[in-house]
Amino acid sequence: MNVPIMADLMAQGKQPEILFWVGSAGSFDDRAKKITRAFVKILNHANVDFAVLGTEESCTGDVAKRAGNEFLFQMQAMMNIEVLNAYEVKTIVTCDPHSFNTFKNEYPQLGGNYKVLHHTQFINQLISEGKLDITSDKYKNENLTFHDPCYLGRANSEYESPRSIIKRLGVNYTEMKRNKATALCCGAGGAQMFKEPEKGDKDVNVLRTEDALQTNPKIIATACPYCNTMMTDGVKAKEKENDIIVLDIAELIANAKSL
Amino acid sequence: MSYIDNILFAVLLFVGIGFFVKNVRKLTRNIKLGKDIDRSDNPSARWKNMAMIALGQSKMVKRPIAGVLHIIVYIGFIIINIEVIEIIIDGLFGTHRVLSFLGGFYSVLIGSFEILAFLVLASVIVFWIRRMIVRIPRFWNKEMKGFPKNDALYILYFEMVLMSLFLIMNAADVPFQQADAGNPISQFLVPIFENFNASTLFYIERSAWWIHIAGILVFLNYLYYSKHLHILLAFPNTYFANLNPKGQLTNLESVTKEVKLMMDPTADPFAAQPEGAENEVPEKFGASDVADLNWVQLMNAYTCTECGRCTSACPANLTGKELSPRAIMMKTRDRLEEVGKNIDANKGEFKDDGKQLLNDYITPEELWACTSCNACVEECPVNIDPLSIIVDMRRYLVMEQSAAPQELNSMMSNIENNGAPWQYSQMDRLNWKDEE
Repeated sequence: MNVPIMADLMAQGKQPEILFWVGSAGSFDDRAKKITRAFVKILNHANVDFAVLGTEESCTGDVAKRAGNEFLFQMQAMMNIEVLNAYEVKTIVTCDPHSFNTFKNEYPQLGGNYKVLHHTQFINQLISEGKLDITSDKYKNENLTFHDPCYLGRANSEYESPRSIIKRLGVNYTEMKRNKATALCCGAGGAQMFKEPEKGDKDVNVLRTEDALQTNPKIIATACPYCNTMMTDGVKAKEKENDIIVLDIAELIANAKSL
Repeated sequence: MSYIDNILFAVLLFVGIGFFVKNVRKLTRNIKLGKDIDRSDNPSARWKNMAMIALGQSKMVKRPIAGVLHIIVYIGFIIINIEVIEIIIDGLFGTHRVLSFLGGFYSVLIGSFEILAFLVLASVIVFWIRRMIVRIPRFWNKEMKGFPKNDALYILYFEMVLMSLFLIMNAADVPFQQADAGNPISQFLVPIFENFNASTLFYIERSAWWIHIAGILVFLNYLYYSKHLHILLAFPNTYFANLNPKGQLTNLESVTKEVKLMMDPTADPFAAQPEGAENEVPEKFGASDVADLNWVQLMNAYTCTECGRCTSACPANLTGKELSPRAIMMKTRDRLEEVGKNIDANKGEFKDDGKQLLNDYITPEELWACTSCNACVEECPVNIDPLSIIVDMRRYLVMEQSAAPQELNSMMSNIENNGAPWQYSQMDRLNWKDEE
């Protein structure tokens, strides 16, 4: 797989247009790595001039911030900003809405000013510029629903980018009852991904999966690696893993185009 | 001619408004106990928010039934209160329906007040039914026991009584009914009084008039003790609300300073502190009590009308966790009131009472159940931000007390050691490239 690395390009005197921020989940989590690879396939397919930081990438610190550890967040942020600014990065694209949110909203005040795009926004941009065509019959008329990531949707008011991609795939699309601004969280945010839930009568991801099941889907589309894990676990908890598949929008496109 | 009525009225008005002013002063003093935060930027966006959200009720109608009923009560309340101007003039100068010289316009005015009063009465009854018969779940969460539950009912009863008195007052006013203009609703009440003689009717009209205005003054003074304060605070609250994207948390500046120092290779860790600095108490990170929150957060607490839309959308609450964003606001207000009373009792100075917002009111279990999804912030019809309080209190727990749940401590030490929330080496960050 062709994955240009920032340091290598720098050595050749090249400056890529786009930095693809892979993120910790996208680098290490087995399920999320598939999303990363699918997105790189799309980037290569559309001949995007991009690079990753590779081993120079580190945690954005977002999850530490949400857990209350402002120290750790700002240390991570400032170290990342030093690296990003050294490479004179202008545009960051990421598949992780949490990284997207912190780069876009919390890094500028600490000296990190970049144009930040979520991968669904970037893919839309490629389509409208004519650099990517995603028409395909692969998912034609399949029942599909989309789960809004909180940090893309409510946190940053981006509801249309993922939907406009999905509509191009010709699927039979149904909204969940709670969608867009009223979408229910998958349960992973605010550092919940890394801890056991507090005492209660249900897990949040199971409740959200029940929302999805009401639309009778074949596919639950997501746009966040953490949502993907939570929804996949929810589908398993409901013993529907043989009937329903949870896929990131990048994976839908890579599959549709057999990349 | 006797002036007793007029003097009595003036005294009533003076006492009623005087008490209210006193309470407003207390309210502003308590809000100012919060830390400073600059919300003076972008006035045009702020005015627009206030016009749309508070004045225009744009977020109320997201739940259409409650929204439309609320708009009726809201418009009714504002417009019928124009009548209060006439009542005050009549009361002070002994006139009767002083504005009736407006003729046809007066009839239109009073007529529309009557229709609104009737609609308000009907809406308030529907509100009561929703609360007590239909028992909509968000009105029955566990924080809604005791005073919060009764408070909501008192307000509904108050409005029912005030609206009924207004209509009775008009129905028992013989000359007003004889003129038969501006009485679209009260004319239907007239048959009730058919067999009453003129003087009884006069006293019924006078009693309704007096109880109506006294009721309004009592209600005005009830506001400070009640969730009903939102009718006033909704306006400043929407004006001063956060304008940034909901996902954006503040970056603590005190932390920035320290982190920059830590990362500065030329900084001398053993350098002597500047003159006088040794006596300064270092700034506390995060919030453990109301005075650590900012004044907007404290105003939020007083503005909350406990409608529970936040809690009914909270993923933690929906799955049976201890957390309820509404309870976060109610507890903040309760503690703030307690601190305010403490200050009153100790001649203007807070005396340590061994309590604080954290633990005594809000437990870590509630704070750690939050997914920071912003559903509560999105839902609030008056832009209250419970999430900001939760985050500030988590900051205190983690940075001042190192009291994060064990799994989160492991996650954080992983980030410190290897730049990822899991225990993977940074050198393996690109391994995904060659896996298929």
